[in-house]
Amino acid sequence: MSRYTPYKIAPYIYRLDAQGPMRVPALIFADEELMAQMEDDVFRQLSNVATLPGIVMGAMAMPDAHLGYGFPIGGVGAFDPRKGGVVSAGGVGFDIACGVRTILTGITEEKVAAQKKLLADLLYQNIPAGMGTKKGLKISDKEMDRMLSQGALWAVSKGFGEKSDLEKAEEGGTASGADPQAVSSRARQRLDREVGTLGSGNHYLEVQAVREIYDPEAAEAFGLRKGDAVISIHCGSRGLGHQVATEYIRLMVDESASQKIHLPDRDLACAPILSSTGQSYLGAMRAAINCALANRQILTHLARETFSGVFPDARMPLLYDVCHNTCREEKHSLNGRNTTLFVHRKGATRAFGPGQQDLPPAYRGVGQPVLVGGSMGTSSYILAGTSEGMRSSLGSACHGAGRVMSRKQAIKKYPGRQVIDRLQKMNIEIRGHSFKGLAEEAPETYKEVDRVVDVSHNSGLARRVARLKPLICIKG
Amino acid sequence: MKDTYWKHLEHKADIGIQGVGPSPELAFAQAGIALMAVVCDPDSIERKTTRTVKCRGSDLEMLFYDFINELIYLISGEGFVYSHLEVQLDDHGLKAEIYGEPLESTRHSPAVEVKGASFSGLKVFPDHGGLFKAQCIVDV
Repeated sequence: MSRYTPYKIAPYIYRLDAQGPMRVPALIFADEELMAQMEDDVFRQLSNVATLPGIVMGAMAMPDAHLGYGFPIGGVGAFDPRKGGVVSAGGVGFDIACGVRTILTGITEEKVAAQKKLLADLLYQNIPAGMGTKKGLKISDKEMDRMLSQGALWAVSKGFGEKSDLEKAEEGGTASGADPQAVSSRARQRLDREVGTLGSGNHYLEVQAVREIYDPEAAEAFGLRKGDAVISIHCGSRGLGHQVATEYIRLMVDESASQKIHLPDRDLACAPILSSTGQSYLGAMRAAINCALANRQILTHLARETFSGVFPDARMPLLYDVCHNTCREEKHSLNGRNTTLFVHRKGATRAFGPGQQDLPPAYRGVGQPVLVGGSMGTSSYILAGTSEGMRSSLGSACHGAGRVMSRKQAIKKYPGRQVIDRLQKMNIEIRGHSFKGLAEEAPETYKEVDRVVDVSHNSGLARRVARLKPLICIKG
Repeated sequence: MKDTYWKHLEHKADIGIQGVGPSPELAFAQAGIALMAVVCDPDSIERKTTRTVKCRGSDLEMLFYDFINELIYLISGEGFVYSHLEVQLDDHGLKAEIYGEPLESTRHSPAVEVKGASFSGLKVFPDHGGLFKAQCIVDV
């Protein structure tokens, strides 16, 4: 028998009442099948998150939630600094600000299909990816400081992309409050010649076709047309973010002990937001967000150059850029009061509803674009934030499909060569840097993204706008 | 029966590393190879140069956690890959000599980057047969 007994409080919303040291309940957005896949792992981790000081509303799991470290992946937790709220480096995770951006092309799927092989080869050649390639930019320490302070703005000032791109990213492409001095020399070293690289694992660049429009009004605002091709890039802050996370998790283990914060799991190591460790981590984490934003901005530029080399009449504005692993200072209405909260989203996307000031003017009427990446070979989706989601999940939604099978099992079951053949049969041009890497990312190792998106839509977290089908996939 | 070896452990999203040996030192060294094998085939790595890794502390599990993170930095930060480790433990901490060479992507064909060690599944313990096991899950 399960120790945890979440019960349904509304269609697609389950609740696990606060018990023992839990300060708030756990809230899970799922249907019955997704609940079964989450098993006790996710519920245990949510009840641990619910014990942390200053947590408000509930420890939440998005529909794609699965076992993580400390927080589940797909976990959301908001903390009130005035109530002793904490920030947790483990709660943000290793790949700080890993995220997705989508670029429109104005070129039809038909035209892309006719040049698919050539385009795939060129993208594979021009987008630095894979582990240890060291094919990215080498930048001086002074430039690194600028990048860590300014994010995508720095990249645009260096000629990577256009000023108009900045209006289409969270916080205008720059995470404010970044403190480059809080980023160690080791973290900087881990980024050596990796600026502007895709990385490995589940990171990718895809050329996709808009196959379905569900919400014509929002699709029009986002510039999405059925039958058009778009480009989506999934990557993060590279080794710099991993090292920032590693160092601050270690520091916070000691800090939690000295602050007498009981940790049910050391991966939840945290520090009060208003402590010097908490502030230092926030400064370093925001610098890592800027690193990720700059990285995606440079890759955007490389993708545009390559794509317009094949299609000179392409018009390629940025649709939007979302981050998955962050802790953001946001204002939310809580029990009727406007409250400043620090919202951890680990493997979850911010999904602000219509009318929010932080949204680009063009999207303010329809809500924030929520870019949901599928697994390799499956559909991706574009959703829009809702007013309902602002209340029920503090403006958060799913980020992808969510893993269901271990990497070890995947390698045994799906040899990389076979994965390539199968995707080619589905008319997807795939280019990868490692057979083993491809095997680990076989589509079957993930939950069904369509179901995750259905539940996000039906539970009101974010509404479906468009479905994208991959044409070309470049894997790290 | 072989008493010094490494293996990978199942984990839903990532991968576990485990080193086994007659002493904690040998178990730590084997776990280091298990970590390397997540990235690439240790047999493809030649012992051309050495690096030294030091960690301070007295808690064996925390030392193991710090040790694995040091190795991850060596691989990802310095681009150094290895195929042999000699680990010494005393009351003050750990010192390890790491034998390997600079990473060459064509020759070593690395598959994935390891981001960091987690506390999940972190354990250093003697099993019933008296062999030491050192293990944790790493995020990839």
